[in-house]
Amino acid sequence: MAGHLKTLVAACAIIAGTSLAQAQTLKIVMHSDVKIVDPIWTTAYIVRNHGYMIYDTLFSMDEAGAIKPQMVETFTESPDKLTYTFKLRDGLLWHDGKPVTSEDCIASIRRWSAKDPVGQKLMTFVDTITADDAKSFTVKLKSPTGLLIFGLGKPSSNVPFMMPERVAKTDPNTQISEFIGSGPFVLKADEWKPGDKIVYTKFKDYKPRAEPASGLAGGKVAKVDRIEWLAVSDQQQAVNALLAGEIDMVEQPAFDLIPLLAGDKNIKLWNYNPLGLQYTMRFNHTQPPFNNPKVRQAVTYALNQKDFLEATVGNPDYYQPCKAMFVCGTPLASEKGMEGLLESNFRKSQELLKEAGYDGKPIVLLHSTDLQSLTNLGPVAKQLLEKGGFKVDMQSSDWQTVVSRRVRKDPIDKGGWNVMQTSWVSADILNPVMAGFFNASCDKAAFGWPCDEQMEKLRDDFAREPDPAKQKAIAEAVQMRWREVVTHVHLGQYNVPIAARKSLTGILTAPAPVFWNVEKK
Amino acid sequence: MLGYILRRLLATIPVLVIVAVLVFLMLRLTPGDPAAVIAGDNATTEQIALIRNRLGLDQPILTQFLIWVGNLMRGDLGESFFFKKPIGELIIGRIEPTLSLAFATMLIAISVAIPLGVLAAYKHGSWIDRIVMGFSVLGFSVPVFVIGYALIYVFAITLGWFPVQGYQPLSGGLSGFLQRLVLPAVTLSVIYIALIARMTRASVLEVLNEDYIRTARAKGQVERKILFRHALKNAAVPIVTVIGIGIALLIGGVVVTESVYSIPGLGRLTVDAVLARDYPTIQAVILLFSGVYVGINLLIDLAYSLFDPRIRY
Repeated sequence: MAGHLKTLVAACAIIAGTSLAQAQTLKIVMHSDVKIVDPIWTTAYIVRNHGYMIYDTLFSMDEAGAIKPQMVETFTESPDKLTYTFKLRDGLLWHDGKPVTSEDCIASIRRWSAKDPVGQKLMTFVDTITADDAKSFTVKLKSPTGLLIFGLGKPSSNVPFMMPERVAKTDPNTQISEFIGSGPFVLKADEWKPGDKIVYTKFKDYKPRAEPASGLAGGKVAKVDRIEWLAVSDQQQAVNALLAGEIDMVEQPAFDLIPLLAGDKNIKLWNYNPLGLQYTMRFNHTQPPFNNPKVRQAVTYALNQKDFLEATVGNPDYYQPCKAMFVCGTPLASEKGMEGLLESNFRKSQELLKEAGYDGKPIVLLHSTDLQSLTNLGPVAKQLLEKGGFKVDMQSSDWQTVVSRRVRKDPIDKGGWNVMQTSWVSADILNPVMAGFFNASCDKAAFGWPCDEQMEKLRDDFAREPDPAKQKAIAEAVQMRWREVVTHVHLGQYNVPIAARKSLTGILTAPAPVFWNVEKK
Repeated sequence: MLGYILRRLLATIPVLVIVAVLVFLMLRLTPGDPAAVIAGDNATTEQIALIRNRLGLDQPILTQFLIWVGNLMRGDLGESFFFKKPIGELIIGRIEPTLSLAFATMLIAISVAIPLGVLAAYKHGSWIDRIVMGFSVLGFSVPVFVIGYALIYVFAITLGWFPVQGYQPLSGGLSGFLQRLVLPAVTLSVIYIALIARMTRASVLEVLNEDYIRTARAKGQVERKILFRHALKNAAVPIVTVIGIGIALLIGGVVVTESVYSIPGLGRLTVDAVLARDYPTIQAVILLFSGVYVGINLLIDLAYSLFDPRIRY
């Protein structure tokens, strides 16, 4: 009897211990509060990150940058590369318990492709998408393209997340109102308090892939029961809370606060996304003087990346001057055509301006003052451009005003603009089709509206080319053409580390922060 | 009295209408486009135009205004562009932290400042008076965020007595609620202690020379009774005004403290809404703040008659 009692007590202790160990909550301060929860409706990175919590993808990018099947079990490709058949994994369920079907995936692909630039380009190649049965569907192409598998595994905004058909049939320009995914975490909609926190719990019926987690691919094993993203607007406070052990992680601590964290033995700084981000300068091609390619070329001589990176990041551990347009450290990275550029050759810049007949009228530079990562770009640009022969009227405002103003095509004296700066997550600019600033389709392009048929032809060639070696050659041709057209200028690559308590393990190296595989000891 | 209250309530209508029109027009005239903010970096002009259409922002300003006013008349504050939630729901979710913070702040401020102000008046010219006034100057001069960070460093990080940030609703337990409220309320109360203490000192000092105080002293009343029953009651009108306006200011203006301590209140909702150009939310919150100001002013006026029997409505 005593032996049975001991066993019972021991069993209870194990169960209690187990449940205690499982009832773990991660408290995390992300770079922004989640205001919108439709990752197809907006390209905002915080919404993409939210998407990775609750949705799954057909394909995913692994740590090495290769696209691997995720919800897809197997797929076949016809010899003419025109027909692809996809079979979904067994046991995939939506958070409401219903099985994931091929119809759900088709509707999700259609909604994503209506919004995303890669998706839009991909659909110009697609003839039909049909469901073969509940778990298989076939995509027939009009002509071969490398964009199908790449697009379905696209790692950053907009990510082709899979949603139930009834949700995915929502107009792409209307926000969804039901937040059901098939990913490793479930959104606790009843606990979501915008401006305070958003809460996710482990989806107990999620069936991870058997392979170990790698980047965004592999087995997505949720190892904590609950994750809270807290909206802490004050960076200093986020760091204070991390130091005090009230929270477990700060996704993007401000660079000037990193020394505080680096000095604490309980904190680990983790460079989870080696590709990082790139600063970019964008011209308004519709207004003088940047409607003249020679003036834009002058800018490529006046600027240099190091000045921008030192002023914004400061610590060389976290930045890297990189002339390759398609991100250093990736398959399409190349310095071809970049010789002599971005080295602050002010004399050359001045010569080109003279040749272009620049009249000395001040150019309007939009300068954001409230986003710490962008604030110092403006003054550096002003100084370098002025040394290069421009007159600069730097107009400062909050970021949202910049965002609103940059979409206006009005002349300068009616509130228009000439040049502005922003930052891209490198995972969004890995090739000429993805990278929105290479789109040179005039009015249909993103703000700045460059117009160049040859560039568009090269981008189309890239989209049509499934062979990686030939893709690389086209990407280099794009870079050469860019040298002439100068759609935009990249100002250097940088990383923002995650700061986490050392009790956290399993943070994955990936183009976006993800929380499966993460454990709290 | 009832007639006075009704007249005052009716008088609030034109005030609120003017506020509504001004806020609506100012928002439309300031630069900013919620559709461009929502659409993100990759968006084309067409996509932004579609979002503008969905949000009704491509309608003429007059049409937008009439739709908003029409909804308002039906008690519908509209839906946030960003949160995709009814604004009434958003405000209700944010009102508890702000009210808790405002009232805890005023509770601390009143209980510290009034005795200090009375003492300073009673001992005017003495070192006690100079110390109290010196501290009040300091209270005015040091920015809220500096006080906040200093208190966090000492009491949260170094001593670990209080949490660094966050808010716990009262429904989650009294001790957690108070634990998270103390530091922000103390931070905010510093400036109000300074303000109320100065006002109390000045008002009490003024009445201390009145005949009825001399009479009370001549009748042999104890000083404490003279100070708090006679002097303070007669000096109360300006003090009540300061306290009332202080509460109204607190409800609308706790932005910095809410940010420093990560409290999800109305102040942060307003800032978030302004930064994102969430027009319906900004409009609703400013209308609410205006209503609070008007309501508290009415309560202040009514409170005058409690302290000064000569005031009748």
